[in-house]
Amino acid sequence: MQPIYDWFREFYERTGINLTFIYDDFDRARIIKGFFLTLELSVVTVILSILVGIAGAWLQGSRLVWIRRIVAAFISFFRNTPPLVQIYFFYFGLGYLLPRIPDGSGAMIPMISNVQWAIISLSLFAGAFNIEIFRSGIEAIPKSTVEAATAFGFSRWQTYRLVVLPMAIRICLPALGNNLVNLVKTTNLAYAIAVPELLYVSKQIWSDSTNVREMMLFVLFAYLALVFALVALLNAIERRLAVPGFGQQGGH
Amino acid sequence: MLRYRDAFTLPALLSAPAASPPPGGGDRSGSRQTPSPRPAEGVSASAIAPDSARASKAAPTPDASSSPLQGEGGHFSFLLVSALFVLVVAITATVAVAQQPAPAKASALEVLIRWAPLLLWGFGFNILISVMAMAIGTVAGVPVGIAQLSPVAPLRIVARIATQLFRNSPWLVLLFLCVFLIPFEIRIFDLRIPFPDWAKATMGFALPVMANTSEITRGAIQSVATGQWDSARALGLSRRKALYLVILPQCVKRMLPPWMNLYSLIAMSTVNASIVGVNEMITLTSQVHAAEGSRPELLAPLYAFALACFFIYCYPIGKWTQALERRYQLT
Repeated sequence: MQPIYDWFREFYERTGINLTFIYDDFDRARIIKGFFLTLELSVVTVILSILVGIAGAWLQGSRLVWIRRIVAAFISFFRNTPPLVQIYFFYFGLGYLLPRIPDGSGAMIPMISNVQWAIISLSLFAGAFNIEIFRSGIEAIPKSTVEAATAFGFSRWQTYRLVVLPMAIRICLPALGNNLVNLVKTTNLAYAIAVPELLYVSKQIWSDSTNVREMMLFVLFAYLALVFALVALLNAIERRLAVPGFGQQGGH
Repeated sequence: MLRYRDAFTLPALLSAPAASPPPGGGDRSGSRQTPSPRPAEGVSASAIAPDSARASKAAPTPDASSSPLQGEGGHFSFLLVSALFVLVVAITATVAVAQQPAPAKASALEVLIRWAPLLLWGFGFNILISVMAMAIGTVAGVPVGIAQLSPVAPLRIVARIATQLFRNSPWLVLLFLCVFLIPFEIRIFDLRIPFPDWAKATMGFALPVMANTSEITRGAIQSVATGQWDSARALGLSRRKALYLVILPQCVKRMLPPWMNLYSLIAMSTVNASIVGVNEMITLTSQVHAAEGSRPELLAPLYAFALACFFIYCYPIGKWTQALERRYQLT
């Protein structure tokens, strides 16, 4: 690897394009850590938001009107307020109200760290959208299918788990994919509460080395790569889940 | 190749069947000839469409009670969320009283009342930025969207690359890009055009708006039945005239709901400008917090106030969008 680092150092001297995050050990360690934190944030929030969506969509089918109302209020709150302010509200507002706990060395630290708050608020934000998506998928399932499952003696939960959800997921995969792509793009809002993810470490690096332009473009392309990887993954999942004759159109 | 295009058209996908491009359709071939399935073409075909929008529309007998969001839950959710805001302010206010034995400090409510005019002024600035970004983005985006379907290959390719690039990059990164890379003033000989932070931020928001409007336009054009093009051609109209006189007027209706959704999203993301130091509501909120002695118990009510402002502004837009979707869906 050393020749490559040397080449980029020389590249900087020749052209003035300063890619410190390649040749400088310290910056490289930072950027790799930041990238993996962004990856971790993305994976964890994607999984949690899907769980929130499934749970919420199930609760929305509840017979109790107040449960439905509370879910509807949850959705409209997270859909109609800025995610950044949600993060601030959770981290600064609610974080202050929670008790502090001692860490290993005896210092008092907040019960929920900034990374955890970012995960919680982003999952809830994307989860609110997922509820709507799953609901639209569930509503698209013919009532007769559900009735048939009931006729087989399936309980409500069994019908949901074995009949409704597998079909609904296939129907709403494109919309779900869109939302998850959006979620991955939104993870960088965690920057605002000093979560050292990709954008945050990039900012640290460009503050140190004043190579704003290079870092900016690198961050842009790193996120694009992440998004395109997710898109490829979602396309693969969609192909894998495809049931012949169901959820397909135009022979694609 | 992207099937999952930018996430920010998710609401469009969800609820505006017309604006979502046909699955696996002309995106790749780049020709407008791709037959686009119309939502009304038949329940059997569309009920199993991968596009959830169409699927949900075609759901058999969607009685009002099965969708609580549009039914009785609608107004309740507004009331519930409002009650929640009041509760948060009340709770944090009492917590503050309990923890601060010295009565000299102002309560959360007093602080909010004292600073509300300033904060609302900041909120107005947010709205101003969002309106300008939306105007610039739309004026730029519609031609790009039309260019995406142009028969001229280089134009089409450039338009597609620009659209995909700006749709798939995070909005915050685009904002950073504009704020840090646009010079603070442009000099043309002796003429100096200053570029303050908020103007650069507006450009940063206009970029994703442009890309999304471009996609909305393309989707809407492609969703117009090909018969419309054919009959326009039969009447002797050129491609250009067919586009302006026949196709685009039909697109406006289809574009309006997803475009309003986009506005709602951009209005909410204007707070991101606080990260780069634009003097909008959230920046002012933290300044107010500092002016009140940086007491941590004030943070929850202050941010709850900001959340409430955006909720009150965006909730009716969302409801209006839903109403428009339902109305246009019938035609």
